[in-house]
Amino acid sequence: MKSIEAYISGVGQSEVGVKLTRHPLLLTVDAVKEALAEAGLTIGQIDGVSTYPGRVAAMPGFSPVGADELVDALGIRARWYAGGGEITSQLGAVVAAATAVRAGLARHVICFRTVYEAAAMARPDEYPMQRRDKVDGNSQWFSPFNALSAVTWTAQYAMRHVRKYGLTREQLAQIALTDRANAALNPRALVQQPLTMDEYMSARMISSPMCLFDCDRFTDASTVLIVSAGDALDEVKCTPVRIAAMAGAVERLSWDQAEWMACYATGRELWKHTDYKPADVDTAQLYDGFSFQCLAWLESLGFCEVGEGGRFIEGGQRIALNGELPLNTFGGQIGAGRLHGFGFAHEAVVQLRGKGGARQIGEDPRVAVAASGGGPLATALLLVRD
Amino acid sequence: MAGYNTSSTRPQPRLDADNRAFWTGGANGELLIHRCADCGGYVHPPRPVCRHCLSDKVAPSAVPGTGVVDTFTVNHQKWFPAMEVPFVIARVALDGAPGVYLTTNIVGCPVDAVDIGDKVRVTFEQHGEVWLPLFEKVDA
Repeated sequence: MKSIEAYISGVGQSEVGVKLTRHPLLLTVDAVKEALAEAGLTIGQIDGVSTYPGRVAAMPGFSPVGADELVDALGIRARWYAGGGEITSQLGAVVAAATAVRAGLARHVICFRTVYEAAAMARPDEYPMQRRDKVDGNSQWFSPFNALSAVTWTAQYAMRHVRKYGLTREQLAQIALTDRANAALNPRALVQQPLTMDEYMSARMISSPMCLFDCDRFTDASTVLIVSAGDALDEVKCTPVRIAAMAGAVERLSWDQAEWMACYATGRELWKHTDYKPADVDTAQLYDGFSFQCLAWLESLGFCEVGEGGRFIEGGQRIALNGELPLNTFGGQIGAGRLHGFGFAHEAVVQLRGKGGARQIGEDPRVAVAASGGGPLATALLLVRD
Repeated sequence: MAGYNTSSTRPQPRLDADNRAFWTGGANGELLIHRCADCGGYVHPPRPVCRHCLSDKVAPSAVPGTGVVDTFTVNHQKWFPAMEVPFVIARVALDGAPGVYLTTNIVGCPVDAVDIGDKVRVTFEQHGEVWLPLFEKVDA
């Protein structure tokens, strides 16, 4: 049997904001419609749905729409669907979809990530967080010590870089500065104002060495990628982008028992599945829920040695829009909003199609890497326009 | 004590068959980590199976209660109004239990006195049945 390749056809995104009042299912539908229109597909041609992390009843803002809900709401005749958090991070949902189309289980799969955290925080009566009087599961190993946010866990990895490899705040700042400079050129970005080094250096510390501007913030939005089978591309109107390689990893989920974040194993794994090399990559779209995760991805994917991330991004020229490795050209999560993983793959496709508008990188980009996850979960995709 | 959290501001663990020894060992001054009787390996978080050899002969075992700061952060953000900041969150590598780390707080010293490689010793803070293993610097 001839092997089937997986491609990303249409991509779409809803409006991006905070405290939106539009129903989260409708935000999802907005993104679906945009992706369908770009691909030239109709909803009747969709036969699969994939999402991360599925509907989370305990935290309705974190994931307000489930895969089964979208199937039902849009009358999708699905032959395959999946949605869950026990997968190698957000873009694991795209890996699952690509695996399904390669296996012939579906031809066109809607992959989506809808976030509604800002709206849910603003309207707790409508979107109540489940409160518990005691903590259990993995939370029990952090919460009693008031390590209540992933920023405090990520900061400890960052501090190791500070002490062991000499990472400076000025170096780390380049992630946020680059994000915010790029976001200013992205009409859908949440934050439109560039950030200066002075503003960064004088920002209040959240969890050392990470300050306020090293963190993304709650956002309301939906992002959609349609994964299409290579033998169904005659139905697709836009330039398809091939998923040339994919990799993921899970480290010990308690975070603190893992010496390295999962991105490191994922980055090494990715290059085993392709003849492309890091030097072939025209743009990198790397998870930056916290800035240090993005720096760790640069090291993980072999753009520089482990421990050299700070020096690699120093000054910011190398990762700027006109640099040798344009990074997070849409603004990343720090600039464009906490789209939670899917924004990176969305932007990789936009850039490879030359649709980036004011933020479009030059020299006819053909190879991009998109990565999601920090801590114990990670996924990387190598995307190629043939 | 600078950066020290009062008892009322710490979320409490729910005790169960797996975690009870860990969270209550402090009543006897013991830091108890699950250990495999077959291979001698340590298992944390505590579970009824050894992650090194798959044996189910796993039981709580006292470790010395000393360790080394593997990495740390100074938390400045008030995650809820009653939280007293700043304070140190650290990952401590336990002596005598290779591969086991605890997320904890380093207490009893200024927040800027903590660094990677510092030697630390457990000090338990009681909250009812639960004894939280916090750590303080050995030479503080």
